[in-house]
Amino acid sequence: MSKQINVALIGNPNTGKTSVFNALTGLNQKVGNYPGITVEKKEGICKLPRGVRAHIIDLPGTYSLNASSLDENVVIELLLNKNDKDFPDVAVVVSDVENLKRNLLLFTQIKDLEIPTILVINMSDRMDYKGISLDIPYLEEQLETKIALISTRKKMGIAGLKDLITNYKELSTNPCLNASSIDEEYFNNLRKAFPNQLLYKLWLVITQDVNFGKTDRKAINDVSNFKTKSENDLKRLQQKETIKRYQFINNTLKKGQTIDLNTAKDLRIKLDRILTHKVWGYLIFGIILLTIFQAIYDWSSVPMDFIDSAFASLSEWTKSVLPTGAFTNLIAEGIIPGLGGIVIFIPQIAFLFLFISILEETGYMSRVVFLMDRIMRRFGLSGKSVVPLISGTACAIPAIMATRNIESWKERLITILVTPFTTCSARLPVYLIIIALVIPEGRFFGLSYQALTLMLLYLIGFGAAIVSAWILNKILKIKSRTFFVVEMPNYKLPLFKNVALTVLEKTKSFIFGAGKIILAISIILWFLASYGPGEKFNNAEEIVTEQYANQDLSEDDLQQKIASYKLEHSFIGITGRAIEPAIRPLGYDWKIGIAIVSSFAAREVFVGTLATIYSVGSDEEETIKNRMAGEVNPILGGPLFNFASGISLLLFYAFAMQCMSTLAIVKRETNSWKWPMYQLVIMSAFAYIVALAAFQILK
Amino acid sequence: MTLAELKRGQRGVIIDVSSVHIPLKLLEMGCLPGNLVELVQVAPFADPMYLNINGSHLAIRKETAIHIQIETE
Repeated sequence: MSKQINVALIGNPNTGKTSVFNALTGLNQKVGNYPGITVEKKEGICKLPRGVRAHIIDLPGTYSLNASSLDENVVIELLLNKNDKDFPDVAVVVSDVENLKRNLLLFTQIKDLEIPTILVINMSDRMDYKGISLDIPYLEEQLETKIALISTRKKMGIAGLKDLITNYKELSTNPCLNASSIDEEYFNNLRKAFPNQLLYKLWLVITQDVNFGKTDRKAINDVSNFKTKSENDLKRLQQKETIKRYQFINNTLKKGQTIDLNTAKDLRIKLDRILTHKVWGYLIFGIILLTIFQAIYDWSSVPMDFIDSAFASLSEWTKSVLPTGAFTNLIAEGIIPGLGGIVIFIPQIAFLFLFISILEETGYMSRVVFLMDRIMRRFGLSGKSVVPLISGTACAIPAIMATRNIESWKERLITILVTPFTTCSARLPVYLIIIALVIPEGRFFGLSYQALTLMLLYLIGFGAAIVSAWILNKILKIKSRTFFVVEMPNYKLPLFKNVALTVLEKTKSFIFGAGKIILAISIILWFLASYGPGEKFNNAEEIVTEQYANQDLSEDDLQQKIASYKLEHSFIGITGRAIEPAIRPLGYDWKIGIAIVSSFAAREVFVGTLATIYSVGSDEEETIKNRMAGEVNPILGGPLFNFASGISLLLFYAFAMQCMSTLAIVKRETNSWKWPMYQLVIMSAFAYIVALAAFQILK
Repeated sequence: MTLAELKRGQRGVIIDVSSVHIPLKLLEMGCLPGNLVELVQVAPFADPMYLNINGSHLAIRKETAIHIQIETE
């Protein structure tokens, strides 16, 4: 077995920590979750000199070891737990050369845990531009560490960092700050009570309420015979600790870093003057959103049409090649159309994640938070709610997880509750196919009607979110202390590698996550649609032939009639007919009903379900869209998907809470079933009423 | 005076922060007595405030800024 060491990457947000991770691991990385919680766990493998393999774990970004969120807790719990299989042999603290002072705070805390720690100073290519010069040997001596001066943008210094990691055993583990100096008496008592433990670790356990080994906060308070401090006293000590750390850092940097303000140039000031301007700021934000939506619609339509027809041909081809039988039908009518229903989302999802990751990478998202805070507060939200609401256009699940940095519980809860209204990418295929069927082509000021309809649906989604937030703000009686801090990072050109990896990773996890559900449902639906109970299903051929005996039907038409008769009396047909009375006033038939019911697992199932239902018994090579266009309303006559039923369906999907994964995430983030159940019932009932009204008015 | 009274482009030095009202996170980002603070930009209604504290760029709400005492140069 080759030698493997554990390396933990730690750093403030916006220091390029993920770029360092990508540079070290390349494609040798995987993203999962920490057991039991929904914090993303990124790990990868890096080959080091002399045959050493490094298992690298990219910990969530944090400003300090004093955790204030679930994500930050992960960092401290790992660093305190020597028995964890991921416990680092060496910690790599990533800092940004322009924010060295603040970044060093975290470095001193990690170093005080007596873990070998390397300091990475990233973005060193900007030193000349900012007039910064560093005395590396002096800093290494003062901080008792090794420093890797790197630039992930210019791909400099990575080899040097790998060497430092390989030789981690040479690093000193002396602490930066003597913990006792925070409060002599208190810490001396602590030492007497726990002679074998590291004082700083004990201090973290006391202030954080995290577990490590058998020693938790309660155990310390029980064993120790010294006076327990009050919350406020502890907070004062933490403040004192922070001041002491900054004194040490300031002294170190006074000699180790010089900044020549005369040569420093600042693009930030110029850009911020426009991008956070009272008028221009909002206008630019609006234009950016508009461009994104138009682009998603226009750019993805070509690959989507291609995928749609490719899967139709594939299904046809399978039928012609494989021997006839139930197995072939399962593949050609169940699995392939079902898979097509997943693959068809790839272009849009990729584009959405592309735009969102560019907005995040450039640092623009923080400006939006700044611009929107005051407005959002009126609706009981925070400026930080903008990020979940925008990323909710990709998927509500990461969006709800992104609410974790909202400091006020009330603002956070409201954001979680209203985020599912934003138009997620799972609604997109439903919208696109129905818009293509019922909204006429044509242009209005250069924007197509279809694109405008889509834009309107997005606005309806945001509108519903904002209005319900306002109502919730009035109803919910939650007292929580609000405070709001957001870092305004430097503007950066997005790194292609970072953006590409994010898009790849997110799209992959969406396709495989949702794909499993869609595939399973497609197979179940195919069985339910291909088999049925009783005489009517089994003798369909005779019954239909007899029924139409007097009419002169061609063989093809007769086969079509038999197929649809069979479908009506299959298991799925019987179920569909049972729920039909409830959905008929909305303008739907039982097939749409089945699609809606299966959509409660996940919305994107809608298209796949219809594709599966319609392709059962059909021999022709046809795209999903053409099949849907050919459906006839059994009662009113005319196309089933007309303007009234189309709008009704669009509105139903805009408001209904049809996503089991979102409900599960809301349960986890709010720690109760109460909130997701409210969402399910209220949103879906509202969707039903609006869809009903729309159809009855428009028909 | 408090930080909330600072005008755009104006600088000051932090002299006191009320530890009861100010979260530790803000202190850790550099909002400590003795540090220089500059108001970079304000959103409409002067809230939130975009600050440069000790080289760290961050935005806080006015309701937090009133608990930070400063002295202008």
